[in-house]
Amino acid sequence: MVTSFSQNILKRLDQGICPYILVLFHMTMGSLLVYLYPRSNLAFLVLITSFFSLYYFNTHRLFKLATGVILTLLIFPVVGVRNIFYLEVIFQISVFSALALGLNIVVGFAGLLDLGYVAFYAVGAYLWAFFGSQQYYILHYAPGTQPSGLPFLLPGDAFYLFIFVAILIAALTGILLGTPVLRLRGDYLAIVTLGFGEVIRVLANNLDKPLNFTNGPQGITPIQRPTMPHFAVDSFNALFSNIVGHRVSAADMYNVMFYFFALIVIVVIVFVTRRLDDSKIGRAWTAIREDETAAIAMGVPLVKMKLAAFAVGASFAGAMGVLLAGSRTFISPESFSFMQSIGVLSMVILGGSGSIPGVILGAATVTILNLQVLQGLSLYLSQLRQSDAVIPIIHFAWANLSTQLDPAKYQRMLFGLILVLMMIFRPAGLIPSKRRKRELSSEANVIEE
Amino acid sequence: MKRFLKPINVRELLRPLGQMIYFSLGSTVVLSTIVLVLALILDKTVVGAALYERMNVSLFTYTLTNLPQVTLDGLTIGFVYAAIALGYTMVYGVLEFINFAHSEIFATGAFVGVEILIALEKYGVLSHASLAMAYVYLILAIIAGMIAAGGLAVAVERVAYRPLRNASRLVPLISAIGVSFFLQDTIRLTESLTTGQFNRIIPSFGNFDHWVIFSRMTLGTAHLTIGMSVKSIIVIVSAVLMLIGLNYMVNATKVGKAIRAVAQDHPTASLMGIDVNRVISLTFLVGGMLGGAAGVLYALKFTRIDPFVGFFPGLKAFTAAVLGGIGNMTGALLGGIVLGMLETYAGAFMGVFTMGAAGTEYKDIFAFGILILVLIFRPQGLMGTNVAQKA
Repeated sequence: MVTSFSQNILKRLDQGICPYILVLFHMTMGSLLVYLYPRSNLAFLVLITSFFSLYYFNTHRLFKLATGVILTLLIFPVVGVRNIFYLEVIFQISVFSALALGLNIVVGFAGLLDLGYVAFYAVGAYLWAFFGSQQYYILHYAPGTQPSGLPFLLPGDAFYLFIFVAILIAALTGILLGTPVLRLRGDYLAIVTLGFGEVIRVLANNLDKPLNFTNGPQGITPIQRPTMPHFAVDSFNALFSNIVGHRVSAADMYNVMFYFFALIVIVVIVFVTRRLDDSKIGRAWTAIREDETAAIAMGVPLVKMKLAAFAVGASFAGAMGVLLAGSRTFISPESFSFMQSIGVLSMVILGGSGSIPGVILGAATVTILNLQVLQGLSLYLSQLRQSDAVIPIIHFAWANLSTQLDPAKYQRMLFGLILVLMMIFRPAGLIPSKRRKRELSSEANVIEE
Repeated sequence: MKRFLKPINVRELLRPLGQMIYFSLGSTVVLSTIVLVLALILDKTVVGAALYERMNVSLFTYTLTNLPQVTLDGLTIGFVYAAIALGYTMVYGVLEFINFAHSEIFATGAFVGVEILIALEKYGVLSHASLAMAYVYLILAIIAGMIAAGGLAVAVERVAYRPLRNASRLVPLISAIGVSFFLQDTIRLTESLTTGQFNRIIPSFGNFDHWVIFSRMTLGTAHLTIGMSVKSIIVIVSAVLMLIGLNYMVNATKVGKAIRAVAQDHPTASLMGIDVNRVISLTFLVGGMLGGAAGVLYALKFTRIDPFVGFFPGLKAFTAAVLGGIGNMTGALLGGIVLGMLETYAGAFMGVFTMGAAGTEYKDIFAFGILILVLIFRPQGLMGTNVAQKA
């Protein structure tokens, strides 16, 4: 009764001009709240979730597009430079969205479980890290012993070229890895990709001898940033310094720029994914995912199609790797652990494998949980530890709580819970892909009949 | 009465023992031949010269003197891998599914065993224990680890795998990965809440750190001592006992027959009056117990454990299971021994043979190289038969 009533209301709200008002209201509320309370996480969440209402409510496509563009290109950067922490969150969301979308091609479309996805990310990152830093000149020095004042190997302009180089190299790596192992069944493939991910990480850790390629566990730094057009900072300041409240430095502007780059990659991935999904290749992938044997019987070139999925997924990760190296100016093997691979996987699974909006939602949710909720909890706990508060009933002083208990470090628990719960209760994800939806509804019809 | 008087099947007791000896000797002979030939070849090259300059010993002598010790170490770790690999292989046998969380079940066993020993030491029991009591305490710790790990394995199966039994292949695997991650942090959380630290060190007690010297000999200028620490012997002996017990259970008892029946065909097995769910639980219990015991043994051998200790041994044991032919118990045994030996040989000699360019630090990924090679050239494993893929 209650559910039908609320469904009725929702339906009413989703007709005519109502959805437009709701979306705009949500958006302006979010922006206003963030403007008034620049430090409040809650306000930021209201703003971020306006994307969700934009996706959910039934509005004209052009309106959706325009609002989305305004949100991503105008409001987020301005909000971001006002509070630099938000910019970091937004940037991370977009980086992980791009990675998750790339993995989605492999896992969601072709049904190949890739547990070493960050290996390709690492390939891209180390590619630019090597060529965009002084590493070439210290090939013969052990880590930490190089002379100072060395030049950079390539100028910052080369960054833009290297995004494309990384796409090629990462795709090649994917093909090289895939050729021998893609004949394997799903679960074996998962373990082999996991192994490959570890191999890349161990190589990055140890290739500081005999020639110092990666600088070992210390990682490579500094890495060149790409050159930024001169007018960028000035024009941004001229337009927005009133709203932001202070003049934006070049360093902040770099973060905005990398956020835009990540957005561009996302747009490209979404475009490519959608076109591929509707093409012959996409149908071949679906066939492979649903039933390999039947796909072979129908004449789908199995290994070729799997390789294509692997290469496309890997190439996007490679591009994001270059972006990471450029934006952080520092990379180390730490960033490419198995946990990162599983993190990206849990984003895909949470959102719904094979569903583009789902995967973006998954990436945003996991990143926010990771960066805001877990870290917020950590902060709260450390405050409690410093106070002399006591847990009632059991008389346990917070101050005695172990300092090892730092929720921000419990990402594995988060990822693990997401994976298990989603698999048991909602295997198709929060926003199931359209094809899955059709399958599920047809199954339901069969049962009802 | 007849049931209790059933004669013990001696053949099934001796067969695995023979296999183990055969596998150990076989892999020792093959691997040491390879290493010695390599050493002879490289001796005349720049590699040998570099070693001679550094340590004043020819590469061949160096290899020969190190070989016995390396072999014994390899055997020790090989038996640990074999015990873990059996857990993977048994579960794969009945469910055709990689129990990714097995490595954390192993870690749980290790933690429970070590925590019990630490507690005993805290109350001063261990330091005053006689030698016999020290062994009793160790056995107690191993049994506690087995019970905890076995119980956990059953619980994990019940909660995270059973609801997904009819889903497509990747669904339970993803769930298993999730369980694995969740358990890692659960161990860490429990440890940091209760003890305040999550790196635990097994207390030293009894005579486990002593060395038993088998023989001394002089080989030219080099003195050769072949020995083993007591704990390595304990690891090997307990692993051998467990493997024999498991083999007996699976191949010579009624329960084992039920397990084998379920592995072949679930519906038919249930038509024959076998409770499939119970057998699957039992498989997880047995596999988990083996893993837990292996965990305590691992802690005994390597002394330090942390919540992520299971990851690499788990992956290597999985590699061992695949190497031997997954689903095949004898194969898991062979794979474990071969992988342990290969890895220890690689760790010991790769550094010298490549003049320090690639040494022990690549030991952990060595297993993956083997895994990939096996999967490419002999996907059914060394002992497996080629099974057609089930849809």
